[in-house]
Amino acid sequence: MPTATTSNRALRWPAEGVARVPFRVFADPDIYAQEQERIFRGPVWNFLCLEIEIPKPGDIRLAAVGETPIIVTRDEAGAVHAMVNRCAHRGALVCLKERDHADALTCPYHSWSYDLTGQLQSVAFRRGVRGKGGMPADFDPAEHRLDPLRVESFCGLVFGTFSPDTPPVETYLGPMTSGLVRRALGRPYRLLGMHSQMLHNNWKLYAENLRDSYHASLLHTFYTAFKINRLDMDGGMLLSEDGRHSVSYSKRASLQSGEEFNGMRAAQYGSDLAGPQLLESFDEWPDGITHAIQAIFPTLGVQFTLNSLAVRFFTPRGLDETELFWMYLGREDDDPARIEMRALQSNLTGAAGLVSLEDGCINEFVQRGTRGSPEAAAFVEMGGRTVGSSENSRATETGVRGFWQAYRALMGL
Amino acid sequence: MAATPIDPELRSRIEDFLSDGAQAIDDDEIERWPFFFTEDGFYQIIPRAGFEAGHPLGIMTCRGRGMMQDRVAALRGANIYEPHTYCHVLARPVLRRDADGTIMARTNFALYRTMQGGPTELFAAGSYRDRILCEGEELRLKSRRVVLESRRVDILIVLPI
Repeated sequence: MPTATTSNRALRWPAEGVARVPFRVFADPDIYAQEQERIFRGPVWNFLCLEIEIPKPGDIRLAAVGETPIIVTRDEAGAVHAMVNRCAHRGALVCLKERDHADALTCPYHSWSYDLTGQLQSVAFRRGVRGKGGMPADFDPAEHRLDPLRVESFCGLVFGTFSPDTPPVETYLGPMTSGLVRRALGRPYRLLGMHSQMLHNNWKLYAENLRDSYHASLLHTFYTAFKINRLDMDGGMLLSEDGRHSVSYSKRASLQSGEEFNGMRAAQYGSDLAGPQLLESFDEWPDGITHAIQAIFPTLGVQFTLNSLAVRFFTPRGLDETELFWMYLGREDDDPARIEMRALQSNLTGAAGLVSLEDGCINEFVQRGTRGSPEAAAFVEMGGRTVGSSENSRATETGVRGFWQAYRALMGL
Repeated sequence: MAATPIDPELRSRIEDFLSDGAQAIDDDEIERWPFFFTEDGFYQIIPRAGFEAGHPLGIMTCRGRGMMQDRVAALRGANIYEPHTYCHVLARPVLRRDADGTIMARTNFALYRTMQGGPTELFAAGSYRDRILCEGEELRLKSRRVVLESRRVDILIVLPI
């Protein structure tokens, strides 16, 4: 177990609790190093990949848990495994291709070869060459393997954890979150497209951003103008019991006029699209919810906005670098017209999202804005100072506070 | 290999057309961009891996000039981002004429982005996969797929490529 560093001991969380976030947590390399151990290798389920990316025995997909490189495989019996992509011999990457198919995992450095579960099978020159050299007589391949993670799938999402203490995924998600994931991903789906974007900010700023329903109609002006996600629609911000997962949702059909919006920048853009096919949609959800962004601790998001169904996840690439992945999904039985609607709606989100592209830079603006002010703190009191669901309003930062509540508990801060 | 030869005069017109399209974006004349396309023109930015896998979704997809004009209106009036400029560098296009007269053009490009007060950096590299129609004297893009070498975008894309 890591011990608290000097600088970490000096970090005193403000007395206001989760209603404040000291900016140092976004810029301190010691805290970042501790997160690798306490968050990513702690009692959490990390999203690794989709099961549909490794449909057949022998399929291999690379992933990451925090900064640790991970291999996900499907073995001959169809079971999914995950292990650290670090040879038990000298530590080289064993697998190099992001997607691959093989019946064994062989390190390119000295040809140590593992089966699809990560167990060492053979070592080159184990008995030496022409009777000379070789491993010591007591060398036993059974004692060596790639470091395993526990793996569980839920609705085709493959999760991994290093901790023996993490409860089953469904328990970890809780009834609300698991129910909404099942609603979105409980039927067969396929991958329609994917890309990623580099955000020049600490990973936690995106974790906040994903849970921040307050900013949506203010920063993302395209969205509000087209009446997809405005605070004056029915909707709310619901949190899991422990506050770490959340969902921001709205119902488009119940739009009312909200006087608070008059004259605001967010409402200035005209609603007449020259290309209205952007928002052509079909009814997919019987409960009237047309828009939901789920945040799953620590680094996963599940979204559906109209018919745009996507899994987002983000991976720290350094103290102030984060890679955000977008995987767009459709149903297995989609006809071409539905795929076309999903394709056009995908313009709303992603690296070029008419709605979301600001998130590519806004977190960097915080990273830059807080430089030189590690002792100052964010003020997070919209919707109160506590953590709990906000049934009737999304003008709240309760989801952000929920994230910090979970984070502080794991980090001991 | 050209199935039907492209005469030098037509090639020269096509090269001017492609360069003009890039310069409209580089020179902040972005309102001209949709008019390089036919009314029903198609535009998509897609990573090479998705292009090769046959994915229908890219990073940006416009079906029809109207959606392109909405993009322009959004980047002028709705979207928030740090000011930046593009400089496209186009390679010599490889041209081929289809049986129906459509010109298929593949043009590699490098795209440099300059943030305000920042350095000029390589933002994207890839190729335009174009279907070009000759409408009388006018050339127009029937479809353009912008195939990016990398699936990873730095920060965001708001200006078309």
